[in-house]
Amino acid sequence: MNALRRNVLKGATGVGAVAVAVAAGLLKPTQAMAAWNKSAFEAKNVSDAMKGLGATSPADSKEISIKAPDIAENGAVVPVEITSSLPGTTSIAIIAEKNGTPLVGNFNLSGGTQGFISTRIKMGQTSLVRAVVNAGGKSYMAAKEVKVTIGGCGG
Amino acid sequence: MHMNRREFLQLLAVAAASGMVLDSKSALAGKAPANFYEVPRHGNVSFLHFTDCHAQLLPVWFREPNVNLGVGSAVGKAPHLVGHHLLKQFGIKPGSAEAHAFTYLDFTEAARVYGKVGGFAHLKTLVDKLRAQRPGALLLDGGDTWQGSATSLWTNAQDMVDACIALGVNVMTPHWESTFGAERVMEIVNGDFKKANIDFVAQNVVTNDFGDQVFKPYVMKEMNGVKVAVIGQAFPYTPIANPRYMVPDWSFGIRDDSMQKWVDEARANGAKVVIVLSHNGMDVDLKMAGRVTGIDAIFGGHTHDGVPQPVKVRNAKGITLVTNAGSNGKFLGVMDFDVRGGKVQSYKYRLLPVFSNLLPANPAMDAYIKKVRAPYADKLNEKLAVTDDFLYRRGNFNGTWDQLLVDALMDVKGADAAFSPGFRWGTTLLPGDAITMERLMDQTAITYPQTTLTEMSGETIKTIMEDVADNLFNPDPYYQQGGDMVRVGGIEYTIDPTKKIGQRIGNMMLNGKPVNADKTYTVAGWAPVGEGVQGEPVWDVVAAYLRDRKVIKGLKLNEPRIIGVGKANPGIAGYKGGLS
Repeated sequence: MNALRRNVLKGATGVGAVAVAVAAGLLKPTQAMAAWNKSAFEAKNVSDAMKGLGATSPADSKEISIKAPDIAENGAVVPVEITSSLPGTTSIAIIAEKNGTPLVGNFNLSGGTQGFISTRIKMGQTSLVRAVVNAGGKSYMAAKEVKVTIGGCGG
Repeated sequence: MHMNRREFLQLLAVAAASGMVLDSKSALAGKAPANFYEVPRHGNVSFLHFTDCHAQLLPVWFREPNVNLGVGSAVGKAPHLVGHHLLKQFGIKPGSAEAHAFTYLDFTEAARVYGKVGGFAHLKTLVDKLRAQRPGALLLDGGDTWQGSATSLWTNAQDMVDACIALGVNVMTPHWESTFGAERVMEIVNGDFKKANIDFVAQNVVTNDFGDQVFKPYVMKEMNGVKVAVIGQAFPYTPIANPRYMVPDWSFGIRDDSMQKWVDEARANGAKVVIVLSHNGMDVDLKMAGRVTGIDAIFGGHTHDGVPQPVKVRNAKGITLVTNAGSNGKFLGVMDFDVRGGKVQSYKYRLLPVFSNLLPANPAMDAYIKKVRAPYADKLNEKLAVTDDFLYRRGNFNGTWDQLLVDALMDVKGADAAFSPGFRWGTTLLPGDAITMERLMDQTAITYPQTTLTEMSGETIKTIMEDVADNLFNPDPYYQQGGDMVRVGGIEYTIDPTKKIGQRIGNMMLNGKPVNADKTYTVAGWAPVGEGVQGEPVWDVVAAYLRDRKVIKGLKLNEPRIIGVGKANPGIAGYKGGLS
């Protein structure tokens, strides 16, 4: 355990900062700062969010893996890692289906970047977490259920 | 078996007096054979395993469940077998000492014949005897060792830490240990345990921020020239099932990807036998054994399943044995491997019941236990009441001990209904036994004992019950937390375990009227997982109730009517709540 590393990060980000563990350089500044995709991010349901992303009927893909807990330890900060092995991955979006606004984030990756993101998302209740990947101009999708439970009552 | 005529007649008298139906065969089975603990060594690599003793230093009664339903692909398979179904599956003779140990059948009568189980002084004798025949054997502690008794709570787990050192534990993994707080766990791991050379392993506990290992993921040992690895797997849902604030910086989870990584690393480092010491619970272990390759055996606990023989699970590269070793100090697992040519050739396994009448107490351990209890003797022995009823806890839906707790909570708090957690620990009392403070603490000794009185809508009550039911009956074991259903006082209900969350609970009735989703009810409870909750400790509330009542009799067990599992389900027997 590296206490110095931890303290430095705590000092730099402060409490409550979103820890997006994407190494510097993965996000293309121009894209990250590009116009806010209002229709997608403010969509109140999954199909509208998909439409906003321009991914109306993505194909299921085994090349996308989602690493997230089966049961969230804290619904306010659920760690989610998405890996896309699809060649030419240009964006990875995360959708928490039952959130009031389901689209949690959309990460645009510059050409040749490994299709990997790691972040923490907020979830109000048990729901499917979907990864929507754009690769080679087409949309693909994978999903995993993350349970948010009341807790207590364990053996 | 040797028994003279006088002993035989005495046994008949005892058995007959307690209402046991006797034929000559079951009467003869009234004593365990003299060679009960003769377990010849097999091969060259041995592990002794106990788990979930819940801090019971002295012999106790512990009744196995008559309801332990499996769901999905687990229906009708070990560990979801009760009573005669379990005996049949494992070829155990009805009426025998082992039948008494592994099932609830004729519990009170058989308990009087076979005596109490467990106790560290008796366990020590057994461990030493087996170790003498098995040089280098490792003693593994599967966790839930520091919590569950008055003395462990009052000594801040120190009584159990010292007892485990004296017992000769080599490797341990945690669950309830964490409810003493992260700081106390680290103090023991880096202090007492380090000095005693006990390895505390957990591959699935990492720091919240960077994912660094909190404990050693595994330990390598050498036994008779064979390198063996023991990987730890802590209870994956500790911060959900127990208070998060007690381990604020640690993240748990199942993490079978990292499990695979550590197995592969241990193999690469020369391990010829790879063991997982697990607190996953048996259904989770069975699933993990099918997904992770390269594990010879998973020695499991948490779900308190006394499973006589391992379940063999096939995965992509071979077979993994999965065991579960019961609870409350009742059993000791003995696994012998014959390792030759760089791999396990064969195994022999026994899950030995620890009958304290058949194992003389180890004098040093006995003296230690007496010493550690002495300062608390008056408190422990306070007689609160006598029970005419048979008091037990274990079972999927309710036990008479829990009924007593919810009755007391509703009475003292003036509540419409009460919830009590579906804990699987807690000892058993026979009709006529005294309920001492110690026995009450067996059911309640936790570090967050506050009682609560909360106004809840009918809808909220249902949501809570559905949530807990899903932790028990989700068909995917990775979503199961390993506790039983929340015990409900006051509200009758039906449950269909085969349905999905939100659709299992129905027909909720309070005092003959349907529970109204929009109406507000007062609900008493205890063991809040949130931080900062104030309230009188549950043992004080129940002790006051017991002192007032003096005699406990005629408890009305509130068990739900069960739908959808079928009358012939081998995970349920002798159920009085209604079954279809």
